[in-house]
Amino acid sequence: MSLYPDSRLNGEGLRLSYGDRNIVENLSVGFPDGKVTVIVGANACGKSTALRAFSRLMKPEGGVVTLDGKSIADHPSKEVAKTLGLLPQSPTAPEGLSVRDLVARGRHPHQSWWKQWSEEDKIAVDAALEATGMTDLADRDVDELSGGQRQRAWIAMAVAQETDLLLLDEPTTYLDIAHQLDVLDLVARLNRQSGRTIVMVLHDLNLAIRYADHIVAMRGGKLIVEGPPKEIITREFLAEVFGVAGEVVMDPIMGHPVVLPHSTIAR
Amino acid sequence: MRLKPRASVVVAILVAALLLVAVITLALSVGDRATNPVDLVRALAGLGEENVVYAVREVRLPRVVIAVVVGAAFGIAGGISQGVLRNPLASPDVLGVSAGASVAAVGVMAIGALGGPIGLVPIPVATLIGGFGAAALIAALGFGAGFRGRSLLLVGIALSTALTGITQYLLTRMDVAGAQSAASWLTGSLNARGWGDTLPVLIGAAVIVPIVLMLGHSARALIFEEDLTTNWGIRGSVVRVTLLVCSVALAAIATSAAGPVGFVALVSGQLARRAARVADIPPILSGIVGALIVLVADTLARTVFPVQLPVGVLTAIVGAPYLLYLLQRPRRGRGAL
Repeated sequence: MSLYPDSRLNGEGLRLSYGDRNIVENLSVGFPDGKVTVIVGANACGKSTALRAFSRLMKPEGGVVTLDGKSIADHPSKEVAKTLGLLPQSPTAPEGLSVRDLVARGRHPHQSWWKQWSEEDKIAVDAALEATGMTDLADRDVDELSGGQRQRAWIAMAVAQETDLLLLDEPTTYLDIAHQLDVLDLVARLNRQSGRTIVMVLHDLNLAIRYADHIVAMRGGKLIVEGPPKEIITREFLAEVFGVAGEVVMDPIMGHPVVLPHSTIAR
Repeated sequence: MRLKPRASVVVAILVAALLLVAVITLALSVGDRATNPVDLVRALAGLGEENVVYAVREVRLPRVVIAVVVGAAFGIAGGISQGVLRNPLASPDVLGVSAGASVAAVGVMAIGALGGPIGLVPIPVATLIGGFGAAALIAALGFGAGFRGRSLLLVGIALSTALTGITQYLLTRMDVAGAQSAASWLTGSLNARGWGDTLPVLIGAAVIVPIVLMLGHSARALIFEEDLTTNWGIRGSVVRVTLLVCSVALAAIATSAAGPVGFVALVSGQLARRAARVADIPPILSGIVGALIVLVADTLARTVFPVQLPVGVLTAIVGAPYLLYLLQRPRRGRGAL
């Protein structure tokens, strides 16, 4: 059973595979409500695949993902879309799409072919632009923006979807360090201001430690350890999860652990 | 106060519709003898000089109507397939649907000339079968490639070339008169077309366009990758296949009425998207743009040249350079329309 079986988004005994290639085996994990959870692990450890299963993009071969206590597959898809938002890794926008139009597309699950644009949609879009600091850039085309601005625009789209849970797959890919901090500060703010539950996959372990309330570490398709960064980040964690020898020190200013990788461990 | 996000589409539709009304009026007025606006209105009501009434109601009106209807059908068909396949080249004429419809129609003409039951197949039916046959072949051959993207387009272009070869062969087997009329049909021509050719297109459009509009909300989201649209609760493959069937049917029926008028399907959606300044292709607007293109081209084809040209010649003169432009321009990012 998962550590947080009562959380709104929970998985029990998940087995995930592409064709006959097993990616994730017997994964039981729940994401604490109202917190920021970061899934970490080496390349190909199954973290992005797990995120796909939790966002209903992939059907588990075994086990079940539950949303609000009911199998996510049994919810009407529109209802899921109003509860759980997803930002895929490096999404692309077609030429000529303005930021405002992109953000307005996040309202899709709230609309239908006979009810296309309401006052509520307008309020949600304006609020999302405001929350992400994109109001001044709203009329620019997405493909003209810098990498960091573009990622903020996509997050604004996900914000406009107004979901209680937001899943992000490597939201900092291709960004320089300042823009990585910028994007993750924004995500953290979304969590604090509105109590949204955030689940994200991150590559950079030190950023994961800094922004996560809860870390889920995977290796070889299995859950290795989960818990608050301060409790679980140790030399042993580095060796076991990433196969890296190094030191863990305390950041004297930010007050959280920092990983100093020294070498890979032959295995 | 800002307009709502789709306001630019509504404005563009209104402007294009007004323009279409103006061009229709002009097209009804020009011919061997120009008709002034007062006489035009009177002639439409059946009043006035007999030969003017005849020219307006019996000669020009059917031709204007068929140009508008066929142009709209090609425009909508092209806009849909380009949007669904996320590629500005992916219109029915480039993909081989028009070539499939053509080979079936010319086949019926060629074999029908020899006598026998095949000659009894109506051309609209033949073009539908040919268009869907070609589409099914493209889908089957492109299926391994994931049913979208560039490989599907390459399959379509290859198939189109092969089918055109067969059509050419059929032409060589026909007698001179038959080959000449088939060749003129193949260029795309509205000469001597009447209400009987228009009606099947109108009926087809009346069935298909409402389906396209109902799927519009989901279709607009297809500009994004599947992970996002699935998260939004859209059944992407159902929407895609339904829309592609609609596109093929519209293109095939339009081809039956006017022949494969080239490049209209290719150009209309792109012009519509740019005019409305949106990232997707609005179907109604691309229909109006298609109607405008065919009507302007046909009106020029029948008035400014010493001989009546097939409308397809004029659309090709405009469309071919545009196709070259699309082929050579650098692409910004994946999924750029």
